[in-house]
Amino acid sequence: MDIQHFRVKLFATPGSRPHLGSAIPVFHRWIQESRVPETTIDVSNYDHVPSGPGIILVCHEAIYGLDEGKGRLGLVYNRRTALEGTVEDRLRQALGAAEAAAALLEQEPEFAGQLRFDRNSWEVVVNDRALAPNTDATWTALAPVIQKVFDSRIGAGGYSVERSRDPRDLFTATISAA
Amino acid sequence: MKTSNALWKASLQGRLPQPLAAEIDKFESEILLKQQGKMEDKVFAETRLRRGSYGQRYDNGQRHDGKESRQISFPSVHTKGPGTLWDAPGMQRIKIPYGGLNAAQLETLAELSEEYSDGIAHVTTRQDIQLHFVHIEDTPALMRRLAAVGITTREACGNTVRNVTGCPIAGVCRTEAFDVTPYAHAMTYFLLGHPDTQNFGRKFKVSFSGCAEEACALAHIHDIGAVAVVREGKRGFAFYVGGGLGTVPQQAKLMSDFVPEEELLPLAQAIGRVFARLGEKKNRNTARLKFVIQKIGLDEFKRVVAEERRTLTPDPRWTDYLKDVAAYREEPGKPAGLLQISGPADGEFDRWRQTNVYRQKQSGYATVTVTLPLGDITADQLRALAVIARRYTKETLRSTVEQNLVLRWVSERDLPALYAELKAAELALPGAGTIVDVVACPGTDTCKLGISASRGLAAELRSRLMAKGYELEEAIRGLHIKISGCFNSCGQHHVADLGFYGVSRNKNGYTVPHFQLVLGGKWEENAGAYGLAIGAVPSKRIPETVDRITSRYLAERQAAESFHAYAKRIGKAALKAMIDDLAFVPPHDSDAGYYVDWSDAREYTIGDIGIGECAGEVVTPIEFQLTACEREAFEAQLALEDGQVAQAAHLAYESMRNAALALLGWRLTPHDGTPDGIVAAFKTAFYDTEYFFDPFTGGKFAQYYFAAHEQRHQTYDAEQAHRLIEETQLFIEASHACYGRLSAQKVAA
Ligand code: SF4
Repeated sequence: MDIQHFRVKLFATPGSRPHLGSAIPVFHRWIQESRVPETTIDVSNYDHVPSGPGIILVCHEAIYGLDEGKGRLGLVYNRRTALEGTVEDRLRQALGAAEAAAALLEQEPEFAGQLRFDRNSWEVVVNDRALAPNTDATWTALAPVIQKVFDSRIGAGGYSVERSRDPRDLFTATISAA
Repeated sequence: MKTSNALWKASLQGRLPQPLAAEIDKFESEILLKQQGKMEDKVFAETRLRRGSYGQRYDNGQRHDGKESRQISFPSVHTKGPGTLWDAPGMQRIKIPYGGLNAAQLETLAELSEEYSDGIAHVTTRQDIQLHFVHIEDTPALMRRLAAVGITTREACGNTVRNVTGCPIAGVCRTEAFDVTPYAHAMTYFLLGHPDTQNFGRKFKVSFSGCAEEACALAHIHDIGAVAVVREGKRGFAFYVGGGLGTVPQQAKLMSDFVPEEELLPLAQAIGRVFARLGEKKNRNTARLKFVIQKIGLDEFKRVVAEERRTLTPDPRWTDYLKDVAAYREEPGKPAGLLQISGPADGEFDRWRQTNVYRQKQSGYATVTVTLPLGDITADQLRALAVIARRYTKETLRSTVEQNLVLRWVSERDLPALYAELKAAELALPGAGTIVDVVACPGTDTCKLGISASRGLAAELRSRLMAKGYELEEAIRGLHIKISGCFNSCGQHHVADLGFYGVSRNKNGYTVPHFQLVLGGKWEENAGAYGLAIGAVPSKRIPETVDRITSRYLAERQAAESFHAYAKRIGKAALKAMIDDLAFVPPHDSDAGYYVDWSDAREYTIGDIGIGECAGEVVTPIEFQLTACEREAFEAQLALEDGQVAQAAHLAYESMRNAALALLGWRLTPHDGTPDGIVAAFKTAFYDTEYFFDPFTGGKFAQYYFAAHEQRHQTYDAEQAHRLIEETQLFIEASHACYGRLSAQKVAA
C-alpha cells in the first residue's frame, strides 16, 4: 500500500483552556513571518461549529488546525499533497510537522500558560479512503510502519496502539505511551 | 492533490449513471488538456464553472497579509482561468435539487469534506452544499463519488440553470396548495443539460413554492418562481418571471396567475429559448432575464414567449412525469404518534421544540430543523445525522435556504429520543428561523468579491444574541438577519428584516470595513418586498446597531405590529437618525480595532496604504462630498417613500452627478459645469482610463450614471425610481472605492 496523506493530532493537556479565537492572530502572524515550511494561504475560523475544525491555517501542502474534532482540543497537521519517500518517511514528516507546530503554538504569547500539548499520545489518521480504507487489510499493512516509527521514538513495548473499528471512519490509530 | 484519484475511477466503474460518468470523464480530459496548454483559460474557466468548480479568494496568488501584499508561491505555473492559478484551492458547489438528501448522500458529503476540503460542508442560501479549499485535480474523483450516490455538480455555477430550489417542507406543509416536489424534480432534470439552456449569457434561477404567503422558496427573487395554485380542482402555478437580487434587485413579475401543470415544462423551455436569444451576452452586468423583461416590457415578453411556445416540438418529457405525480408521496419510517412527556419538565427540550419542530399536516408527524451555525456542519455530524435519519425516518432530509437541514416525517412520539441523539451530536441548537439563526454568504472568508467579513459578523451577532437567549422578547426573536459580504446579495440581505451588505470607507487615512444597513425587506410572502440601504456603519458597530434598532422597535411598536410595518410607519428618516452617530470611526491610535474586520487579525487595508497623504486631516474634502451624496441618495428614498416619484428620481440623479463631481474635483479635472460637461469629463478621466473600474464589475456602475444622465428627462414610475436609487447607491459606493484605490496608488507611489 502506497499510503499518503497522513493526518496527525496531538491532544491538548486536560488543564489547557485557551481561547480558541486567539489562534486567528497567531496563524496570521505565522503567515506574515513564514513560521511554517509550507506555502501558506489563509486562516479560516470555525469557532462557531461545535466540535469542529476550530481555527485552521490553510497551506498548499497541508492544513494546520487548533482543532476541536470529537470534542477534544488538539493540534492537527493534515497533509494534503503527496510526499516522496517511504510510507514511514511520510508518517515521520506528519508527526514532525505536528510536533513542531505544537511547540510553536505553546510559545505564542496569546496562549501563555493556557495551552500545552500531551507528547505521550498521538492520533494518526490516513485521510484517504481509497488508499487506506478502515479495514483489517489496511491495519495489517500499516501496523508495521506505525510500530517502526514509534519504536524508534518511544522504544519497543513502551506504548499501545488502538484502532477505530467504524468502517465509515477514516483509518485511525491512537498511539499512547505507557 | 490526492494520489488516489485514479483508484476511484476504477472502483466506481459501472456504478455511476452513464451520462454522469461520461460527463465526468470529459471534464477529466479537459483538465488534462488544460495542463498540457491545449485549452484557453476562458474556455476552461467556463467548463469548470459549469461543473460547479469555482474560484476562491486569493486564487490570483496575491494576498495582503496585514502588512503587505504578497505573492503566494504555488508550485504550478499553470492557470485554470484568466488570472486564476492552478494550485489555488477552489470551492466546489454541489447541487441539491430542492434540498432533497438521503443518508447515503450525507455520508458521502462527510467523506468528501474530510478528504478533499477542510472537514466542513456548508449549506448555501440556494440549498446547495459547498466544499472549500478543494484542488481542481481532485474534482473528478469527488464528482464520481457524488454521482455514485445520485448527485451531480453539473451546471452548479456558470451561465446555466442553477439549483432548482423548493420549500423544504413541501408535502408536509399545513398551508401549501399541493406538494411541489415532483414538479421541482421534473423541472431540474428536464432543464439539466437541455440544449435550450446551454447558451445563456448569465445564470438562471428557478424556485417552487407551495403557497404564496410563506417565505420558503422566495419566488420573487427568481428568474422563474412557480407558486402552487389549485383552480377548479386542477393543479397549476402562479408563474413569476424576471426576479433577482444582485446589484440591481428586481421583484419577479406575475406572468400568469395560472399555468396548468402540463404547461410548466414547455413554458420554462420557451422562456429558456427566449432568454438565450434575447438575453445580453457580452455585458454580463445586464445579462439576467430581468433585463430582457425591463427592455421589452412584460407584455411583449409574454407575447414573444407565447410565440416561442407555439414553435416547440412536443416533448414527451413535458407530461410523462405527471402520471406519477398524484401517487408521489414520501413514506414515514415509523408509525405516527403523539408526544408523550413523562418526568420533570426539560426546559432545553421545550425551547428547542418551540423553534425547531414544525407540526406536519399529517397528524402525529413533525419536521425537525437541525440548526447549523452559519450553514456549517462537520463530517462527524453528517455521519451522525445519517444514522439518526435512518433510525427515525425513511431518510427524508432537505437543506433550506436559511442554511439549515430538516428531517421530515419524525413521529412526534420520537421527538424526545431524537432530540437526545441530536444533542449528543451537537446538532440540537435551538433558534431555527429566529434572529439568532443569522444567514451569511461566504464574504471575505473565501469569496473573491467579498468586501467585508459577512461570516465573521454573523458569528459575532449569533453568539451575542444566543447569550441573551430567551431574554429576547418574542417580537425580536422572530426577526431575520441576513448578511452579504458585498452588494451581490448572496446572503439575500434585501429580503431580511435587518439586512447588511459589506462596503468599505476611507476614514482617517485608512480603509475601514463597513456594512450598509438595509431596511424595508420582507421575508414573508415569498420575499414580498426588497429593502433599501439607509446608511453605512463600521463593521465593529453593527452589533450595537442591531441592539439599538431592535430595542427601539420593542419600545415603540404598536400592538402586534411587525418590524416591517413598524419600519414603514416611522419612516427611513427616523430609522437613519437612530444610527447616525454610529457611523463615527475613532482615530486609529485610539482604537485600532475598527480597522480590523471580524474574525480577522489583519489590518483592513487596500494594499499597503498606511497613513495617507492626508495624514493629519480627519476627513478629506472628497470624503465630505461623497458622504453628502449618500445623504442625497437617502433623501431620494424618503421622497419615494412619500410618493414623490419624480423628485426621488431627480435627487438620485443629482447625487450621482455630485459623486462624479467629487471625484473630478479631487483629481482637479477640468469641466464646464454643465450636466453634459460633467458626464463627458467623468467619462474621459475615469471611465476611458478605467480608473473607475474594479476588477470584477468593470465599468458597470459608471454606466448607471451614463444611463441616468441619458434618461434624466424621462418620467419614472415608482419601480424605476426604486431601481435608480439602488443604482445611485452603487455608483456612490464605487466612487468611494475608486477614491480608495487611487489614493492607495498615490501613497504607494
Ligand atoms: S454577496 Fe458578495 S461576498 Fe457574498 S458570496 Fe456573493 S459575491 Fe461573494
